[in-house]
Amino acid sequence: MMRMGGRIALAAAAGIAAELAGLALIGSAAWLITRAAEQPPLAALSVAIVGVRAFATSKGVFRYGERLTGHDVALRAQATTRERLYQALIPAGPPSQRGADLLSRMVDDTDAVQDLLVRGLLPAVAALVTGITAVVLGLFLLPSAALVLAAGLLVAGVLLPAGVTAVTRRRAALIAPARAELAARVADLLHGAADLAAYGAGDRALAASAGADARLAALERAQARTGAVATCLGVLAQGLTVAGVVLVAQEAGAGSVATAVLALTSLVSFEPLLPMIAAAERMTGVSAALRRLREVRATPPAVAEPVRPAAVPAGPLTVEVEDLVVRHAADRAPALNGVSLTLTPGRRVAIVGPSGAGKSTLLSALMRLVEPESGVIRLSGPDRGDAPGPGTGQAVDLRDLPSDEARRIMTGLTQDPYVFQASFRDNLRLAGPEADEEALAEAVRRARLADWAERTGWDTVLGEDGRTVSGGQLQRLALARALLNDPPVLLLDEPAEALDEETADALMADLLDATRGRTTLLVTHRLRGLEEVDEIVVLENGSVLQRGTHRELVDAPGYYRDLWRSEALVARG
Amino acid sequence: MHKDLLRLVRGERAVRGHLALCLAAAVLAGLLVLVQAELLAGVLSGRFEASALGLLAAVVGIRGLLGLAQGIAAGRTTTAVKSVLRRRLLTRLRDLGPARLAAHRSGELVTLTGRGLDALDPYLNGYLPAVAVAGVVPVAVLARLVFADLASALIVLVTLPLIPVFGALVGMHTKAVTERQWRALSRLGGHFLDVVRGLPTLRAFGRARYQAEVIRRVTDAHRSATMRTLRVAFLSSLVLELAASLSLALVAVPVGLRLLGGTLDLPAALLVLLLAPEAYLPLRNMGTRFHAAMEGVAAADDVFAVLDGEPSAPRSPEPRASGPRPSGGGSSSAAVPGAAPEIRLEGVTVRYPGRAEAALEDVSLVIAPGERVALVGESGAGKSTLLHLLLGFLAPQSGRVLVDGVELTGPGSGDAGTGGAAGDTGDTGGDTGDAASTGAARDAGTRGEAGTRWEAWRGRLAFVPQRPHLFAVSVADNIRLGSPGATLQQVRDAAGAAHADGFVAELPEGYDTVLGERGVNLSAGQRQRIALARAFCRPSADLLLLDEPTARLDGRSEAAIVAATRELAEGRTAVIVAHRPAMIDLADRVVRIAGGRVVSDSGSADAPTARRETGPPGGADSPDAAAAPRDTTAPGDTVTTSAGGAR
Repeated sequence: MMRMGGRIALAAAAGIAAELAGLALIGSAAWLITRAAEQPPLAALSVAIVGVRAFATSKGVFRYGERLTGHDVALRAQATTRERLYQALIPAGPPSQRGADLLSRMVDDTDAVQDLLVRGLLPAVAALVTGITAVVLGLFLLPSAALVLAAGLLVAGVLLPAGVTAVTRRRAALIAPARAELAARVADLLHGAADLAAYGAGDRALAASAGADARLAALERAQARTGAVATCLGVLAQGLTVAGVVLVAQEAGAGSVATAVLALTSLVSFEPLLPMIAAAERMTGVSAALRRLREVRATPPAVAEPVRPAAVPAGPLTVEVEDLVVRHAADRAPALNGVSLTLTPGRRVAIVGPSGAGKSTLLSALMRLVEPESGVIRLSGPDRGDAPGPGTGQAVDLRDLPSDEARRIMTGLTQDPYVFQASFRDNLRLAGPEADEEALAEAVRRARLADWAERTGWDTVLGEDGRTVSGGQLQRLALARALLNDPPVLLLDEPAEALDEETADALMADLLDATRGRTTLLVTHRLRGLEEVDEIVVLENGSVLQRGTHRELVDAPGYYRDLWRSEALVARG
Repeated sequence: MHKDLLRLVRGERAVRGHLALCLAAAVLAGLLVLVQAELLAGVLSGRFEASALGLLAAVVGIRGLLGLAQGIAAGRTTTAVKSVLRRRLLTRLRDLGPARLAAHRSGELVTLTGRGLDALDPYLNGYLPAVAVAGVVPVAVLARLVFADLASALIVLVTLPLIPVFGALVGMHTKAVTERQWRALSRLGGHFLDVVRGLPTLRAFGRARYQAEVIRRVTDAHRSATMRTLRVAFLSSLVLELAASLSLALVAVPVGLRLLGGTLDLPAALLVLLLAPEAYLPLRNMGTRFHAAMEGVAAADDVFAVLDGEPSAPRSPEPRASGPRPSGGGSSSAAVPGAAPEIRLEGVTVRYPGRAEAALEDVSLVIAPGERVALVGESGAGKSTLLHLLLGFLAPQSGRVLVDGVELTGPGSGDAGTGGAAGDTGDTGGDTGDAASTGAARDAGTRGEAGTRWEAWRGRLAFVPQRPHLFAVSVADNIRLGSPGATLQQVRDAAGAAHADGFVAELPEGYDTVLGERGVNLSAGQRQRIALARAFCRPSADLLLLDEPTARLDGRSEAAIVAATRELAEGRTAVIVAHRPAMIDLADRVVRIAGGRVVSDSGSADAPTARRETGPPGGADSPDAAAAPRDTTAPGDTVTTSAGGAR
């Protein structure tokens, strides 16, 4: 295996060789023709003739080699970038970095590495070496002409790209929001079509999008002007440099052979340089993409891994949550504000409350996806001695466990389950890689997914465009995963979400049946069936509002009773 | 050139001018290279004085200016074409109407209308000028070479066609192979995104680290497959490069030998040396721009597929009446009690293309002025279809809809709409599948009399959909969607009535907070309340249409919505699609729909005639009528009050 540096060097060498062959081809051809005009013996030309033919052939081959090695290197670099991005994303990070759109953009950003190499770095190196070679050649023939050439190359190869970069960077800061605004207006028109039609606001929305389009178009036209000016200056630099070289050479009486060689090599030495002006525009976007990727990698994970990981206590585990406070951002109210909870082995606890009460945050804290501000989550094994109360066995702070280990113990059905572009079987098996067919079938049956699985087929690829699996089926697939995984403490976040009432009732009934005797934490906003759980905790605004059994809560005035009565109305439907 | 794009360019004067300037500048600059070569060869061979260098500099200057003109014109061309296409696309999508729009994948349309059109840039500003230059310059070079040196001209003439011929040969030979590989590539390429998006799920089951290994394996496979494809794809560029450089050698060596023999003079020889590469260069430029250009063509195909899709014009229902009181949306006049319309459906049948069963079959229903009707029934029974009918998103195949005795819509044209009525696959989408497609009414704004009449009719409506869209504008502008002239006070009042003022006040910038994807996100209950505020902000509305406004809300949010709806329905005719009892409870009358038919009707005290015309006899007493007696421990009012108190 060749190292990455070696591959890059090889690709760069192939590119340089192709450009130099081109330079040598025109130089030797110019020498051949002007020298031939002086009527020397044929032998004097033979080297040049061989040179012309060799350079002509090798140029094409080198170019082919450059393109292959260049793309190979770029793809390898992209793979490395993706791997590093993925490694950086594995630990749970702040939610602000984990939106679906942001993730797509990050993946697009990894393509920037390819562009950087294929369109930026490698051609730039080849152009640099070609320019230097042409100047050195000029120094041998006529130093004053070489100086003219060097000046022209500097203008076209350094000043112009730098200028374009500076202008583009400034304009990019305007174009990005203009693009985003247009996208938002278009999305409004499409997603809000019914609202707009019903309220006769379609024309206004259309006008708003036309305005956004006009603003973007003006910026794009300005960008095109910048590019056009730079291209114009590049052409001028090339032409005037060649004219200058010829003028200097003729003034110095360099002779027709030297003058022609100087003029034509000067002309050709600009050819790899001029595309760099356009590339500079693209590189502005590339560097922004690379900066974003660096930022992602630099973001510290949401939870700190323990320096010296503790061992998980043996035996059935008790989970104790004590005065837990979780804050998603320093300037926001805590999502959880002093929540306590005990989950003894085999006990089932339900968390209910309005959306935004902190139910899912509690699960995230248990799964070590967010770092608590204060409070503690303890895991303890069964009692060894005769001390009363839970957690008197060896106890361990959840923070002292590797976060992977925490999720091995406490996991299940999480928010926003995802369907991978893989077979139904593989989508299920990821929750239990060692599970046999029987276990898979059992999990599917208990998640009330068996009929669908038979209809769809176990080996059907799911997830393409997310259209093959409906919301309800996705939820059931996620439940099947959780049941298959069978963790010591089962977490279920809104298992009946997105199901129609009838299916939801049936699913909850099955679920409560299947989890009997298992340590389970169930987050739900539906109260039906909660008579069966051991404790119900009502959360609101991050605090425990009420707790008790279903019977107790229904008897006491408060949120739970209101909710229960409102559901009783539902039941009549 | 892409034929649809060509038609567009011909039709738009501005675009035509810019593109013509762009192409002309490119061709002229290409031709000036001939002049430049002529001058340079002359000076180098000593045929011209050194003062000709001034002329050379002038030619270079003109070339530069032409390049400038070409670049600016290209920028104007691309932005103009994109703006035109964007405008046509958006107008077209609006004309399709919400019902048929649902058959398209909106995410793809957003991308196509936004970034997707940028794929046209390389086609318009790179490929087209390259094609124009390739069509003119090689011929001009050849013509000049014929006069300078016939032998060299012949060599160029023979080798020049090799480039397209070899290109085509390599292309044809590898087409099948590359196509198969590109498909595999796109699948492998999508894998990484798939895994990254699913990371939370992988993390939950401890599979995240394992997948890193899978990613390495897949990207490796991706790379070697790509390289296999490129090895072949780059062959064509190898041929281009070789043909160009070898022909230079083929020209230069014989020219040198003939110079030696004295059969050729130096000026001609140098000219040949300078000009020969210029014959190949335009073809190579065209070749290198081909792939990027094909992406542009693909984008253009996508755009025109949408633009030239099923025609919408003949499908739109023609409103026969604007209703007796056409009022603009912006008026703030209070609703006049008693002005609420009477709605009468007579034997209305709606059929979606590609479905055997009618969405609504021979439905007759009379809704009295001021009556509050709850439509109940299973998902897909036809409840939303009925609402869409009243909204004018659909036209009935037979039967009539009358408003205060004046016909609103008549039968549409036959089997309304074609194709693509796939609907969604979800079992949760409720009736959205209904909205897939059919003779959709245009949300006609300024187009035609029919459009204006629809505007007038819709000016009397307030609509709260199942999933209201929040626009990427301020909360206040979201609320005044249906009455752009509303003052901030009116907006606040509407929000207050919709029980939305509380959470709006807590938003970072209150009523100026920008909502939408990139703005503040609201919960489902809050969105519904914004939608209700929209309805409140339209006092001129005297018909209220609500589509399951409390679906998927928790009990407390539901109570707030129910209370607001009760208030809103005051003095208006209201049609409410409902699942939840609290909502059903506030209706005067419950109409159950199943399989597109009215199966029961609790009847209405206000509109005794309705009972005679609809539903089976004794429908009011039928056991499945949802308005069961209020015998539970928790009447709707209790819920409302206590929930309101707790908040």
